[in-house]
Amino acid sequence: MIGKILKYQLHDVLRSKWIIIYSLFFFITTLVLLRFEDNTTKIFISLMNIELFVVPLVSIIFGTTFFYNSKEYITFLLSQPLKRKDLFIGMFLGLSLPLSFSIIISVTLPILFLISKQNYEIILLVNITALLLTNIFVALSFLISVLNDDKAKGLGISILLWLIFAFVYDGIFLLAIISFNDYPLEIPTLILTSLNPIDLSRILILLKTDISVLMGYTGAIFNNFFGGAIGFAISFLSLVLWAILPFSFGLKYFNKKDF
Amino acid sequence: MIEIINLKKSFDDFKVLKEINLSIREGEITAIVGPNGSGKTTLIKSILDLIKIDFGKISIGKYVLNGKCEYRKQIGYMPQITRFPENLTVSQLIEMIKDIRNQTGNLDEELFEKFLMEKELPKQIKNLSGGTKQKLNAIISFMFNPQLYILDEPTASLDPIASSELKDKIIKENKNGKTFLITSHNMHEIEELASNIIFMIDGEIAYCGSLSNLKFETKEDNLERAIANLMRLSKN
Repeated sequence: MIGKILKYQLHDVLRSKWIIIYSLFFFITTLVLLRFEDNTTKIFISLMNIELFVVPLVSIIFGTTFFYNSKEYITFLLSQPLKRKDLFIGMFLGLSLPLSFSIIISVTLPILFLISKQNYEIILLVNITALLLTNIFVALSFLISVLNDDKAKGLGISILLWLIFAFVYDGIFLLAIISFNDYPLEIPTLILTSLNPIDLSRILILLKTDISVLMGYTGAIFNNFFGGAIGFAISFLSLVLWAILPFSFGLKYFNKKDF
Repeated sequence: MIEIINLKKSFDDFKVLKEINLSIREGEITAIVGPNGSGKTTLIKSILDLIKIDFGKISIGKYVLNGKCEYRKQIGYMPQITRFPENLTVSQLIEMIKDIRNQTGNLDEELFEKFLMEKELPKQIKNLSGGTKQKLNAIISFMFNPQLYILDEPTASLDPIASSELKDKIIKENKNGKTFLITSHNMHEIEELASNIIFMIDGEIAYCGSLSNLKFETKEDNLERAIANLMRLSKN
């Protein structure tokens, strides 16, 4: 049943102009970066920085608007012999799959065709982060939409959450580190970093590239504290958890929701 | 067909349904009437499990509502407004519902033909007019030969031709022994179709019984006046 819902939602979403604009954006960005920069590492760093801002924003906004716009349709489907759980999972995949694949394809294709010396590990990493971030922020958007009946409020919370994770959090974080720099800050830093999926993704990529200068404070701590492999595993697992938790809470409240 | 015992539902602190006890007879057309906000749609949605009730028991035929979804196979529901995925075509949408209900045989396509839907099949939903969408809505709710039809303001946005065709279809299916639960604000329509009436006010049932009995009790000949009479009585 999940497959059936997924199939028809893909028919719908793949024809939406936003998904096409989204793919084109990453396709053109990647092409431009490849055209004007020779240093492969720099290309990946720029690409990653764009990805870390755009993917969460698009996923959370697209997810929230999609959910509110589908409300009558959800109600209609739930009046059919259909489990709520199946519908929720189908809708989630129907959105996160096209979003993930449109970015993965539009970033990977230009790289594969235009760079002669390939670094497959980094390509894989850029794609895994895109995949994780898409799923995390679509899950968050569904959770927000299930909990709020008002569209304007839901959308507001989504944008606010993105702003916090993308900008505000880092500012407060840095301020805290400067204010308390007489104390040992490794553990609090690690905990605070795990609470922001965007920071976690940044670390995930940076731990695997040898650009220690660009790693920043948290990256350095992760590297020192856990060493490359364990640090990578921990940040990866935290990111997976970041996708699973909002998804499960969303599903739980979806099952109880009045339509 | 439908038995409701001690049904209660509130949104936050507002009691939408207060202890509803109801029995809807099989093979008859029952109309739910009442002012806006009296709980009609909430009652319908409770029967469909779209709204999770706070207290009480609902049973449909031999099924008791317990969170499972299979019982909805015997229900055809036509909501007041539906928005289907805009980028799907009409034929894809119909395919999808058949797929989800897992029913490809025993289809009732009479409304599909009467509403001349054939020519709309390749169009995307977003290019359909409001009335055509409502026709599509009606076609889908009748398509799977359900035992119970729940229609929420079925003729509200239909043109007179489509509206009378839908009413003819309702009467025809009722003669075949199907049960109908209809809400409407149009008293003429109810007089034309229904044999039983449920009158709701402020989340309570003010009257439940046959149409002829209601007219007899209120000593009115006309349903509109009978209902008005009932509203005055329930206020005192």
